[in-house]
Amino acid sequence: MGDAKLDLLQGTLDLMVLQTLAAMGPLHGYGIARRIEQVSGEEVLLNQGTIYASLVRLVQRGWIAAEWGTSENNRRARFYSITRDGRRQLAEDTRYWQRLSEVMSRMLALETEGGKR
Amino acid sequence: MKAFLLQSMNRMRAFIHREPLDQQFDEEAAAHLDMATEENIRNGMAPTEARRQALVRFGGVQQAREQHRATRGLPFLDVLLQDLRYTLRTLRRDRGFAIVAVLILALGIGANVAVFSVVNTILLRPLPFHDPQQLMWIQGPPHEGGLSGVTYSADAFEAYQRRNHSMQGVTAYFAFYGTSDYKLTGRGEPQPVSGVPVVGNFFQVLGVQPYLGRLWTPDELVAKGRPAVLLSYYFWRREFRGDRSIIGQTIDLNNIPTLVTGVMPRSFDFGSVFAPGASMDIYVPAIPDEIRTWGNTLLLVGRVKPGVPMGQAAAEARMLFPDFYYNNKHPEYGKGYSAWTQPLKEHVSGNLRRSLIVLWCAVGMILLIVCVNLSNLLLARTAARDREFAMRSALGAGRGRLVRQLLTESFVLSAAGAVLGLAFAYGVVAWLAHQGSLALPLLNELRVDPKALGWTVLIAVIAAVLFGLAPGLRFSRVDLQGALKDGGHGSTTGRQHDRMRGALVITEVALACVLLVGAGLLLRSFLKVLDINLGFQPEHAAALKVDYDDGGNAAKRGAILKQMLDKVKAIPGIEAAGITDMLPLDRNRDWNLGAKGVTYSAKDQPGALVQIVTPGYLDAMGMRLKEGRDFSWADGPTNQRVVILDEAAAKRLWPGQDPIGRIAVIGEGEPRVIGIVADVRDTGVEDSDGPEAYLPPTQENPVGAELVVRTTQPPDVLAKSVMATLRALNPGQTATEFRSLDALVDHAVSPRRFFVVLVGAFAGLGLLLACLGIYGVISYSVTRQTQEIGIRMALGSSRARVQLGVIARTMRLAVVGIAAGVAASFFVAQLIASLLFGTKPFDPLTFAAMTALLLLVALLAGYLPALRASRIDPMVALRTN
Repeated sequence: MGDAKLDLLQGTLDLMVLQTLAAMGPLHGYGIARRIEQVSGEEVLLNQGTIYASLVRLVQRGWIAAEWGTSENNRRARFYSITRDGRRQLAEDTRYWQRLSEVMSRMLALETEGGKR
Repeated sequence: MKAFLLQSMNRMRAFIHREPLDQQFDEEAAAHLDMATEENIRNGMAPTEARRQALVRFGGVQQAREQHRATRGLPFLDVLLQDLRYTLRTLRRDRGFAIVAVLILALGIGANVAVFSVVNTILLRPLPFHDPQQLMWIQGPPHEGGLSGVTYSADAFEAYQRRNHSMQGVTAYFAFYGTSDYKLTGRGEPQPVSGVPVVGNFFQVLGVQPYLGRLWTPDELVAKGRPAVLLSYYFWRREFRGDRSIIGQTIDLNNIPTLVTGVMPRSFDFGSVFAPGASMDIYVPAIPDEIRTWGNTLLLVGRVKPGVPMGQAAAEARMLFPDFYYNNKHPEYGKGYSAWTQPLKEHVSGNLRRSLIVLWCAVGMILLIVCVNLSNLLLARTAARDREFAMRSALGAGRGRLVRQLLTESFVLSAAGAVLGLAFAYGVVAWLAHQGSLALPLLNELRVDPKALGWTVLIAVIAAVLFGLAPGLRFSRVDLQGALKDGGHGSTTGRQHDRMRGALVITEVALACVLLVGAGLLLRSFLKVLDINLGFQPEHAAALKVDYDDGGNAAKRGAILKQMLDKVKAIPGIEAAGITDMLPLDRNRDWNLGAKGVTYSAKDQPGALVQIVTPGYLDAMGMRLKEGRDFSWADGPTNQRVVILDEAAAKRLWPGQDPIGRIAVIGEGEPRVIGIVADVRDTGVEDSDGPEAYLPPTQENPVGAELVVRTTQPPDVLAKSVMATLRALNPGQTATEFRSLDALVDHAVSPRRFFVVLVGAFAGLGLLLACLGIYGVISYSVTRQTQEIGIRMALGSSRARVQLGVIARTMRLAVVGIAAGVAASFFVAQLIASLLFGTKPFDPLTFAAMTALLLLVALLAGYLPALRASRIDPMVALRTN
C-alpha cells in the first residue's frame, strides 16, 4: 500500500461525519474535517472542501441539523449536530459496515493463504 | 423513504433558492479557511504559507462549490438551464438562421396540426350523439337513380319499427327537404327558412336533448295535430336574438301559426351530419299519416340494442325489408324493399376516409421534408461551429455534454416552431370551421382539441429528434484535433460531410417529387371534373325560390307562371327565364318510367329523375334540345299530356328507335314524348348520367318553384328588379337571394377542391423547401471551395466552365432525387388511384410535367450559387485564404 493516502469509498464520508458528530457533539465544518483527519491518523485523502457536500446532503436527509453559532475564538460559524433520525441511521450503517468489513477480511485472508501474491 | 422524500423536497427548494445557499457556502468556506489559517499560524507557519496550506487542504473553493451545488440541488436541471441560456444566446447571434428555422418548422407543424384536427373531427372522433357506435344507417341500395330509390315509404318504415327485434329504436327523416322550403312571416319581410321534417322520435333515438324547451308531444305528432317546430341554435340566435321567451309562442311558418316547443343545442347540427354543406334552421315533425301516400320519402336511422352486434341487426334488416309493401292499402303496387346498412359514422365520413388519409400522409411528408431541411441547415451550422466545439471540448466539456447541447438547440427550435405552428393551426381551423358551403361533414365540430395539442407535442418532439440527430451523430465522429488544426477546409471530414448533406437533399427532392406527382394527379382529376359536360351552362345563370298561390288548380297555375315569366323576361338584362321545381345538383326525385305497352319486371323497371318545368326552362338552363320541341303554354291540363326525355331515358325505353311521338308511362300519366334533351348531371357532378324526364307544371303538380334566369349582367345586379317584379305579383314572396348555378356546381365539387387545394399547397411547400435545401447545399459547397475555384480560374478555367461544374453538381443531386421520387410515385399513385377521376395513376403528362418542374426549380436553385462561383475573383480568393 505504500504511503499513498486512502481514497474514500462512496458513502463512507457521510458515515464518518455522522459518527464524529455522535461522538463529539455539535461541531462546525472545519472541526469535523480536522477530527476525521486526526482519527484516521492522516491516512485518509480528504479535500476538506468535500466535507460540505456531505454536510448539505445529510442536512437535506434530516440526519443532522445546522445552525449559526460562534466558534471558540469568537468566529461566526455553522454548527452541525446529529438528529434522532441521524442516530438511527448511524446505528444501521455501523452494523452494515461491520458486517461488510468482516466479510471483506475473511475474503482477503483466503486469498493470501492461496499464496498468489 | 422518509429521508429520500425529505431530500427530494430540499433539493427542489435548493434549486430555487440558489443565491442564499451559495452565499451560505461562501461564508462557511471563508470561516473554514480562516480557522485553518489561524491553526497553521498557531503551529508556527508564516501567515502567507499558513493561508496557502489552508487552501491546499481545502482543495479548490470553486470545485467544492460546484460539488455543493450538485449535491444539494438538481444538477440535471441546472445543466439544462445552462444549455438553454447558451442556446438562446447563440440563436440570438444567428438570428437569420433562427427565424428561418422556426418559420419552416411552424409551417410544417402547423399544417400537421390543422390536418390532424380535420382528420380527428371527421374520422377519429365519435359522432356528437349519445352512444354513437350503436347508430345504424339504413337506406335502399345506392344506384344511379335519385333519392326515391334509396328511401322508404312511411308504411315500410312503420313495418320495420314493428317487426325488428334488434333495435332499441328506429327513426327517420324526410329526405326531400330543400333549402328555404319554409317561409317565416309576420316578422317584417317574409323570410326563407330551411327545415327538415323528422319523425317524432328522431331526437330520442339519436340521444339529443333540446337546449331549451321540450321535444314534441303526441298531439303534435298526429295528422292535423297542433303544428309544432324546434329551432336550431344558430337560427334562434340569429332570427330571435337568443330570446328565451320565444319558447311557447307561435310563429307563422308557410302562413300556419306554429308553436315553438324548443331550441336544439349548439352541438346538434343536422346538416353537418346528414347533409354536409347545408344548414338547417328548423326541425318540424314528419307525420307518417300525412306522407303515407307520397311514396318513398324516408331515410332511416336505428339504434341497435346493447349487446346486439351491428352485423346481426343488419342481417335482420336485409331479411325483413323484402317483405314490406310499398303501400299497405294498395298491395297491388307491389312489395320488396332492400336494406343497405352502415354504421352511421361510416355513412357520414366513410367515403372521405381515403382522401383524408392521403391528406394526412401528404402533410406527414411535409414534416419529413421540413426535418430534412433543418437537418441540413443545422449541419451547415455545426460545420461552421466545428472549431467552437473543438475548443470547448479541449477546455473540458464532455462529448455527451456537447451532443446534449446540440439536442437542446433542436428542441428549442422545435418548441418555438410548435408554438407558432399551433397559432397558425388555430387560425386555419377556425377559418375552416366557418366554411359553411364546404360540403364536408362535421365541420361545425372542427376545433383544435386536447388530442390535437398532444399530437403537436408528439410531432414537435419527433421533429426535434429527427433533425437534431444528424448534426449530433456527425459531431460524435468529428476528429477534434483535426478540426482545431485545419479548420475543416478540404479535410476528409469535410467531404464526408458533403456526402451526408447530399444524401439529405436527395431525400428531400424525392419526397417533394412524390408530393408533386400526387398533387398533379389530383389536380388533373379536378380539372377533368370541372370540364365535365354538365348538360347545362351554369355560367350567367341563377336561381331564386318563388312563391305563388294557385289553389291547386293547374290551369290557374299555368296562368300565374306565364304571367310571372313574361314579367321577369321583360326586365332588361334577363335573357331567358323558366321555372322548375327541383334544380339539378340540389335535390331530386325519381319515378317509374316505362314505354307504353311494355311490362317490366320489378327488377328491371326503369326509373327516371323527374323535374316539372315550364316552357323556357331548357333555354334558361342552357340545356340542349337534341330533337323535337320545348313545352309551350298550349300544353294545358286538358290537352294531350307531354313529356321531354333525356337521351339516356330515350335509349333505355326505345333503344335504336326514334322516341319522338311515342307514349311513355310515367307516374300516373301516359304522356307523348315531344322532345329529347342532352343528358344532365343531376345527382352529382361525378355521377354517371341517369335517365331523366321533364313534365310541364300545367299537367303535373310541382313541389315548390325555382325561377331560373339567364342574364347578361351579374345576377346580383338584377336581384332588386326581379324581386320587385315578384313582389308586385305576390306580396308574400320571401326575400330570398339569387343562388348562382355556378355556386351550385361549386358546392358539389367542394370536397374535391378542398383536397386538391390542400395537397397542392403541401406540394408547393415541399417544392419550396426542396429548392431551399438544394440551394443551401450547393451554395455552402461553393463557399467551401472558394479557394479551389480561385486556383482553377487562375490556371485558366473559364467562368462558363466553373458555372457548368456547379450546375452539373446540382443536377446530379436533383436527378438522383427525382429518379427515387418517380419510383416512389408509381407506388403512391396506385394507392390514390381510387381518388382520381378520368386520370390514370400513371398519367404520363403529370409525371413528365412534375419532373420537369422539379428539374427547373433545381436548376434555378443551383444557378444562383453557380453565378456566385463564376464571379469569384481568383486574386481575392487566393489572398483571403
